[in-house]
Amino acid sequence: MQDAYLEKTIRGLTRAISESLFSERMAREPGLLQKLDPRVRLAGVLVLVLAVVMCRKLEIIASLFVVAAGIACLSRVSLGVLIKRVWLVILIFTGIIALPAVFITPGKSLIAVGSTQLSISVAGLRTAAMLILRVETAATLTATLVFCTPWNQILKALRFLRMPPEIITILTMTHRYIFLLLETAQQMFESRKSRTVGRMPESERRKVVSRTAGVLMSKSIELSNEVYLAMLSRGFRGEVRLLTDFRLAARDYAALSAFVGTAVAAIWSGR
Amino acid sequence: MHIPDGYLSPSTCATLYAFAAAGWYSALRRIKHVFAARTVPLISVFAAFSFIVMMFNVPLPGGTTGHALGVTVGVIVLGPAGAILAVSIALAIQALLFGDGGITTLGANCFNIAIVGSLVAYGVYQLVAKGSDVSSRRRVIAAAIAGYTSINVCALVTAIEFGIQPAFFHDAAGTPLYAPYPLRVAVPAMMIGHLTFAGLAEAAVSAGMVSYLQSADIGLLRGMVPAKVGAVSGPDARRAPGRLWWAVGLLMLCTPLGILAAGSAWGEWSSRDLSARMQDQRSNSGDQARHLTVPTGMQRLASIWTAPFPGYAPRFIRSPMLGYFLSAMFAVGLLVLVSLIGVAVERRS
Repeated sequence: MQDAYLEKTIRGLTRAISESLFSERMAREPGLLQKLDPRVRLAGVLVLVLAVVMCRKLEIIASLFVVAAGIACLSRVSLGVLIKRVWLVILIFTGIIALPAVFITPGKSLIAVGSTQLSISVAGLRTAAMLILRVETAATLTATLVFCTPWNQILKALRFLRMPPEIITILTMTHRYIFLLLETAQQMFESRKSRTVGRMPESERRKVVSRTAGVLMSKSIELSNEVYLAMLSRGFRGEVRLLTDFRLAARDYAALSAFVGTAVAAIWSGR
Repeated sequence: MHIPDGYLSPSTCATLYAFAAAGWYSALRRIKHVFAARTVPLISVFAAFSFIVMMFNVPLPGGTTGHALGVTVGVIVLGPAGAILAVSIALAIQALLFGDGGITTLGANCFNIAIVGSLVAYGVYQLVAKGSDVSSRRRVIAAAIAGYTSINVCALVTAIEFGIQPAFFHDAAGTPLYAPYPLRVAVPAMMIGHLTFAGLAEAAVSAGMVSYLQSADIGLLRGMVPAKVGAVSGPDARRAPGRLWWAVGLLMLCTPLGILAAGSAWGEWSSRDLSARMQDQRSNSGDQARHLTVPTGMQRLASIWTAPFPGYAPRFIRSPMLGYFLSAMFAVGLLVLVSLIGVAVERRS
């Protein structure tokens, strides 16, 4: 058990790599979102998430949840993946947070728990349901976007939202170097684990983690210097220029109007 | 601490996006001024590093593990502007690539963790480590205190954002629409975990990394930011005080806007205001509110200090608008005087 922290970290790093590979694979499936222009995908999901957050009625949020699940299924995201990766995780996390609200929100009492003062109120149930459903719906939408869109396409779409080109370039490069550093960190932890025999005191274990982080930081700064020199040698002068090659088809316009229409209808009826 | 979509109301999200945007804008300007063409590769790789450090499990007392944010070390090596940008980029990638943290709440997360976290860490580190040698023990302790304080202030800001939701955003029946707990529940619930586990994890990683860098790569601790950056230099900086005076003048001109608001601000009642409100309450709800009276302590303390300009208007001025202007000018003058005295004292010492 004593080196569980190493295993946990290694597992976490591996999961991050495999999750991003999963979305690269999913993005090639012939689903609904995959067929649309990335800008439409991003804008569509953004307006729907905004509608979910702005809605003030439980029933409307519930119907938006059905819409979100529908979009996910039509985009070939399997129900198993949705349940395991999104719905259950949120149900547990937000559920724990929302549970006390069921009892402490003042309102008409529905059921009294035993002979104690505790009782479940109608308002409490609505509050908890609203929070959980809202978070589930928004997460289903963003997860579907993330699963079905490779990172470079999300970045191209962000350019359309008038993000400064420096930021887009930084996001692109960060994404590229995350994988290199993930691998480096993973190898450092694995080699540490392979050389650890016997029981290490807790303070020593903490030192291992912070020293690994320190080494990784030195490596990152060195790497950034090398990248900078490589960029300079290729003619980089501090200005960033990006290529844009998007064309909207008829189905993109149709999908965009459907997304915006649904969002506006939800916001209007959920006032 | 990564707030998902749905916990905060749209107006809270919009406000925090605006705060975060202001932070990003000034951080980007400053960092471009310092690192010029190196900005892009440096921030990119450092953001990737921040992203990965957030995944490290730190062993804690009692056999548990916790995650650190690594904001403090970012601040020590890159300065607050660099840390704000690098951590924000890491948070954006977590939200957009791994669905960790919401899209509508990205502004809030960046504000809480990247901006508040970096600035608090910077302030505390400077305060504790000021004047000490780069290789001294004090730097390690400063990093630990800065890490512990910054993560706890981040948690407190997050808890306040959660805690104000039910008061402002509820439906007609009073059912909360977003995060359901008031401040008195949200603040302790959030702080217990951070004052103990998360705070310790951040303190341990910050101190451990500084101690490692002291022995292995001390150059990084001297800071990559040249010493005089941000002090008066370049044409922009010289123009800044001029612009600041214009802004202060404009704000002073806007002060009479306060007259437009009806009634007094919630919770800022004088004992006379409070007594009038209670009178209303009694007449509306009949017998139920009979016991409502102004607390005696409040009445007693109210007479201790009488302001020279009660209600932002000197007694001899009839027009409230003129009173507001004069109050604003007087206050600004007083503050300028105090800061001039402060500067003079500092120069002499």
